[in-house]
Amino acid sequence: MGAKQFGARVTRLEDPALLSGRGRFVDDVMLPGTLHACFVRAPHAHARINAVDPSAALALRGVHVAMTSDDLPGPMRTQRIPMMLPVMGNPALRTQHCLARDEVAYAGQAVAVVVADNRYVAEDAAAVVAVDYDVLPAASDARDAVAMAAPAVHSDMASNVAMTVPMSFGDVDAAFARAAHVFEEEIWAHRGGGMAMETRAVLATYEPATDMLTVWSSTQTPHLGRRTLADMFERNLESIRMIAPDVGGGFGPKAPFYPEEAVIPAAAMTLGRPVKWVEDRREHFMCAIQERDQYWKVAVAVDADGRLLGFRGTMLHDTGAFTPWGIVMPYIAAVTVPGPYVMPAYRLETTVALTNKVPTAPVRGAGRPQAVFVMERLMDRIGRELKLDRAEVRRRNMIGPERMPYEIPLVFRDGKPIVYHGGDFPKSQIKAIALSGYDDFGERKAQALAQGRYIGIGIANYVEGTGLGPFEGVTIRVLTNGKVAVATGATNQGQGTRTTLSQIVADQVGCRIEDIVMTIGDTAAISQGVGGFASRQAINAGSSALLAGGTVRKQIMALAARTLGVPEDDIDLNDGTATARGGNKPSITFSDLARLAQGIPGSAFPEGQVAGLEHTTYFSPPQASYCNGTHVVEVEVDPPTGGITLLKYIVAHDSGVVINPLIVDGQVQGGVAHGVGNALLEWMRYDENAQLQTTTFADYLLPTATDVPACEIEHVETPNPLNPLGVKGAGEGGTIPAPAAIVSAIEDALSPFGVHFAEMPLTPERIVAALRAAGAYDDEGT
Amino acid sequence: MSTHGIKLTVNGKPFERTVEGRLTLVDFLRHELGLTGTHVGCEHGVCGACTVLLDGHSARSCLTFAVQADGHDVTTVEGLGGPDGELNVLQQAFRDNHGLQCGFCTPGMLITLTEFLRDNPEPTEAEVREVLTGNLCRCTGYAGIVAAALDAAQKLRAAKR
Repeated sequence: MGAKQFGARVTRLEDPALLSGRGRFVDDVMLPGTLHACFVRAPHAHARINAVDPSAALALRGVHVAMTSDDLPGPMRTQRIPMMLPVMGNPALRTQHCLARDEVAYAGQAVAVVVADNRYVAEDAAAVVAVDYDVLPAASDARDAVAMAAPAVHSDMASNVAMTVPMSFGDVDAAFARAAHVFEEEIWAHRGGGMAMETRAVLATYEPATDMLTVWSSTQTPHLGRRTLADMFERNLESIRMIAPDVGGGFGPKAPFYPEEAVIPAAAMTLGRPVKWVEDRREHFMCAIQERDQYWKVAVAVDADGRLLGFRGTMLHDTGAFTPWGIVMPYIAAVTVPGPYVMPAYRLETTVALTNKVPTAPVRGAGRPQAVFVMERLMDRIGRELKLDRAEVRRRNMIGPERMPYEIPLVFRDGKPIVYHGGDFPKSQIKAIALSGYDDFGERKAQALAQGRYIGIGIANYVEGTGLGPFEGVTIRVLTNGKVAVATGATNQGQGTRTTLSQIVADQVGCRIEDIVMTIGDTAAISQGVGGFASRQAINAGSSALLAGGTVRKQIMALAARTLGVPEDDIDLNDGTATARGGNKPSITFSDLARLAQGIPGSAFPEGQVAGLEHTTYFSPPQASYCNGTHVVEVEVDPPTGGITLLKYIVAHDSGVVINPLIVDGQVQGGVAHGVGNALLEWMRYDENAQLQTTTFADYLLPTATDVPACEIEHVETPNPLNPLGVKGAGEGGTIPAPAAIVSAIEDALSPFGVHFAEMPLTPERIVAALRAAGAYDDEGT
Repeated sequence: MSTHGIKLTVNGKPFERTVEGRLTLVDFLRHELGLTGTHVGCEHGVCGACTVLLDGHSARSCLTFAVQADGHDVTTVEGLGGPDGELNVLQQAFRDNHGLQCGFCTPGMLITLTEFLRDNPEPTEAEVREVLTGNLCRCTGYAGIVAAALDAAQKLRAAKR
């Protein structure tokens, strides 16, 4: 064997092309004769459509077609987009039509599409499509939307309460009755976006010669997308190919199926020409799914030592106008609250509220940042009230490693009970605290305060269900040129999927990592696939790569042994060559073996030989794998301005066995940056008419290089028994506890003023408002 | 729509084209010249993915019209490496330090840092972070990019000695 790739800090195979301008994102795919589309979108958050008149658009030179819902083929005309994760028998949970028919329910909803010679003309044309609307009252704030007299989000519905989800375990009332202390909090988590740097994009072409509809989409889920297209176009799966080429970031919003992914193929089939649509950033703000608006009213019961006895509360989830992924986010949030802590009794009623806002679906973290924020705010509250150190109150409540496997009596969103198989939660906190200098922070804080500086430290723990099923697959095939082809339904939006899977395959098969030819995100390459979400690909596709690689290795060994006339256990596979250890060390290359495995036309195979050196494995996990970690962050607050500086950021993280530390560290660091945005900056501001006010990066602030410190990252590797690699998910853990840790630190820094916070993001204006209310500026006469 | 003849140099090669007045430089580079390495992330000048060098100075090609590049010299990401696609010192530093994930913002980052390191061969980390505030990255959390810039600066200085 050559140097082992698994576990090594391997630089990425993706990088050379991306660094030299040779990446291939959807908008980089240039097909001859391509036309360009622009969508006509609702300017109102809620309106009835009386008529659409495209005549002025069609009169422009260079315009090829203008389509409304009546012009769409087959089921697309009248049926809504199929819902991923549907909830049966609830008409309030619904997806949108590809093009709105009678009513629009959020500003930005697609009403018509115009196709022209180029994007410039298409935009001219879209601007002059006349749509006659009757503006209807809109529901903006979820708290108002669920009131009896609120405007209906959809005019066919009597209530904006789409669903209520009760869940509980243990005797909550008894817990509160015997509690030494009960603490109540009202907590708000605000919505933000994924904001991948590449917006969404779709290119479609129909080839009559092969009856093939090919759709390139900047999606996280091409196989799911193909399935949806097959339903909507009433075509065989085999006659649709969906390709996610290089994808410029995903973070959740590129997982659902969007109207444009069906309308652009419909336009291409109508016109007999390739049609491309590239979302602009304003459209991305107004149309790509968002997440996180939740209002929690909670109470916690504790004993005299600060140990949890019970939790009760309500959560109001603003789901926007449609539910492309059902109620998955509020559900995940609701079951994530107990996290790493022993929770004897729990009762939460979740209300899913419709509003006339951009639909929601999972964004990196998917309900968990809110749940962790709630639990960790409560932990800080308990510590403050009982005068216990914040780390100590957490330690007292933690599920110890000796109690594993540990079951939380709730059902996770994978349909299985929540069972933690391993993980050492106290160890993770101990490591993070040790790295952060938490123990002598009080001294440093006092010194800083003496100099007029307000520094604070915050801490947050989390447990995250990752690696969700149902499966992901990998096909491995040794080619006759000696290279090794790998295909997977897993997708790559920057996670380094190609590199990670190549490391596993190279070790298993015994080839050079450079000799792996990887096809990712192409439905033509592997028949079944799911895609990239829920921190699931290392577990699902990684395990498939290991298992398929093991089988192909056996095939190579058997054929090499027969050909070289030596026993199988006397053969080494290295750099694409099988070599006998004994005698004069005869060898044979993978190229020759691949040819032998194809046989001679007309001749019988030798006994035991199968066709080709090739195998496909679809690994299916038994349940979610729970990763965990601790964040400790040190901040400085500038009281006059409410400005925040993150001074130090520590992450102790257990994502199981690490395949590539370079990549896992990158995932954690990037995840933390997203969490910094959620904690301090990202504010999706709607007015009372549900009009989005933040539609540029000048209004909606993403973290920049001066906002995000380099994290110190410590891996606590507890192998995961639920898959053969021992890995757990790593893509979202950086984001999940970050707002909780940062807000905790801000509150600590401002402890001299006694201000408390229960919201994310915590912007400077909110900090200043709290300080003003606390009298912090009284001496200055402000 | 008015059209204009323009002559410019892109990555050392001369081009002569007739373009509409409203065509942006980034669309010209991508669609007329097929140089798709320069990306469009926001079309309002904040994200920096479209950054190119115009006569050696970084510029937002989404906020520059192609006609404004008439008579000027443009460098894009395709012009940074060697003739056979070898990575230059900065590009290699990005790879070594995991300075990219999805790679969409990367061309703009490279161009911004190319200008910066040329003008500031001995930057501090704070200076690197400050100049990078003009380029948004959603994947990396910037740590790898900052490390790559400092690594490249050190290697470029060593090569000069």
